[in-house]
Amino acid sequence: MSDQSLFTIFLSAAVINNFTLAMFLGLCPFMGVSARVETAVRMGMANIFVLLITSICAWGLNTFVLEQAPFLRVISFIIVIASLVQIVEMAIKKLSPTLFRQLGIYLPLITTNCAILGLAMFQTSRNYDFLQGIAFALGAGAGLTLALVLMASIRETSELSDIPAMAKGTGLVLIIAGSLSLAFMGFAGLLSGS
Amino acid sequence: MSDETNAQEASPVAAAPEEPGVSAVRLFMTLAVAGAMAGLLIVMVNQFTQPRIIAYKAKMLKLAVTEVLQGPARYDTLYLIDGALTPDLPAGLKPEKQKAIYVGYTEAGEIKGIAIARGESGFQDVVMLIFGIDPATQGLTGMKILASKETPGLGDKIYKDLDFVQQFFEGPTVPLLGVKIGAGDGAPNEIDMITGATISSRAVIRIINNAVTEWEPFFENLDKKPVAARGETK
Amino acid sequence: MRTTTPKEDFTRGIWRENPVFLQMLGLCPALAVTNTVENAIAMGLATFFVLFCSSLLVSSCKSFIPHEVRISTYILIIATFVTLADMVLEAVVPEVHKELGAFIALIVVNCMILGRQEAFASKKPVGRSLLDATGTGIGFLIAMLMMGGFREVLGMGTFLGFELFGPSYEPWVVMILPAGGFLTLGFIMLGFGYYEQRKIAKAKEMSDVEGRVTS
Repeated sequence: MSDQSLFTIFLSAAVINNFTLAMFLGLCPFMGVSARVETAVRMGMANIFVLLITSICAWGLNTFVLEQAPFLRVISFIIVIASLVQIVEMAIKKLSPTLFRQLGIYLPLITTNCAILGLAMFQTSRNYDFLQGIAFALGAGAGLTLALVLMASIRETSELSDIPAMAKGTGLVLIIAGSLSLAFMGFAGLLSGS
Repeated sequence: MSDETNAQEASPVAAAPEEPGVSAVRLFMTLAVAGAMAGLLIVMVNQFTQPRIIAYKAKMLKLAVTEVLQGPARYDTLYLIDGALTPDLPAGLKPEKQKAIYVGYTEAGEIKGIAIARGESGFQDVVMLIFGIDPATQGLTGMKILASKETPGLGDKIYKDLDFVQQFFEGPTVPLLGVKIGAGDGAPNEIDMITGATISSRAVIRIINNAVTEWEPFFENLDKKPVAARGETK
Repeated sequence: MRTTTPKEDFTRGIWRENPVFLQMLGLCPALAVTNTVENAIAMGLATFFVLFCSSLLVSSCKSFIPHEVRISTYILIIATFVTLADMVLEAVVPEVHKELGAFIALIVVNCMILGRQEAFASKKPVGRSLLDATGTGIGFLIAMLMMGGFREVLGMGTFLGFELFGPSYEPWVVMILPAGGFLTLGFIMLGFGYYEQRKIAKAKEMSDVEGRVTS
């Protein structure tokens, strides 16, 4: 059902059902590039950008092409996303070399980021229209960025502290993620009001 | 599996001329053949699975409608097209994409109740439910949660707590009013909310009230007789 | 690359190089759908099916796939099998399919599957690739079962729906919530870290002793 307002969708995707912390989408960058705040912000920006374009393409595919053949959805989404990221990469390289230097290495990584395909699939299963899709993509991107930046700032701080050797690396990141996820549970109920 | 493997082996070889480098044609052919194979395989399996999937969905819908209308003799699906209800779906429109209500009739052919499905934000994510209402008495005939991600152990009581669910089958009138257990004064529109799941209980009540507000204008002009030739049940 | 025996191809993925715990691949499904054992098994089996079939097809067609388009072809093959798994699950076990939802489609972007195609199936004979795929698939299934087992037993006091502790058990609800997924995997990783540290310490002790003996 798609009776939800745009703001509801945005808020829901950004904090209540945060893509990373509640739905486990986009964990690769969350684990991989969350060591520095600065890189985390750039990765987040690259993600928002690709999410937005993916949402528009997925809407187009759903409306004009896949109506007759819904069983080809997964295959066409993944092909579109893979080629899209390549095209975006080439376009940015040509149009804005500065932006390309900043985002460059992160763009190819995004293809295998499950947040992108996840966005397209959830958007479809919830029957979002064009604007709702955009709000969903922006919310998802904002949520990813928020989670990445929070994680990165905690990790930067924890670098200086004395951590037991056995917790160094993934174990610590996961426990922090668990705590963040717990904290984000506090956002639940935000939309039900009254 | 072996047929497909052979076909895929055969085609690119036949398509690519003998040459040392890899030509663009060969790259293209490989992808095209792989894509064609993939499409073919998917369509074939789809032929087998699609009928079962549709049948299952129809069965679940029928069960839900029958439950919330407390066993109508038959029911009709009315689609909302251009602001009017019609049992006929214009060609080209998909039934699952349209707003619809389900009107249940008694054995004698009188309206027994109307089932409406609706989803709105609950505590965690969207709560989807279907409920039945008798337009004559404005009393509910039943309610069933179709999908929800409410907190396990707390919010999920909206469908696990049978005392709570049972209230919706006992004809409370709309608009519903949620009260704390024991705090009500026995008015017919009161629903005892679940302790520890107040927000989820309120969401259920709000969804039903909103749905009634939206669909109430149509209750007046409903056909009093079922669409006889096109009955969908029994 | 060091040559391996067929037995190693098979056993490697099960534990020593377990895809989830040691290679940190396929985390998304390992965290998202392990809130009950039933979902974990369904997801593990679906992934196993996709991995096995993709490896079979990739390794038997590898000489006909030009190097330049290999990744696209692999993704195409994987996506095909994912769609098949999706449709079959929906037709055969609709209840489970509803629980797993969009996460079945996300098997496509499970790096574990693409990784096995690129690192193994595209270079080795069919038999070896199937052994490797089976091993990795079992390893993934074990990881899913461990996660699902921990979470369902602690979070609901049940295993595959059977009551374990009786009515007096107060379920540890957080374990079946998203946060519980992170915490469970985090604690398992801590366990692995502890084990590694012990091993390093032991090895050091041993070499110290040996050093003293020889001197």
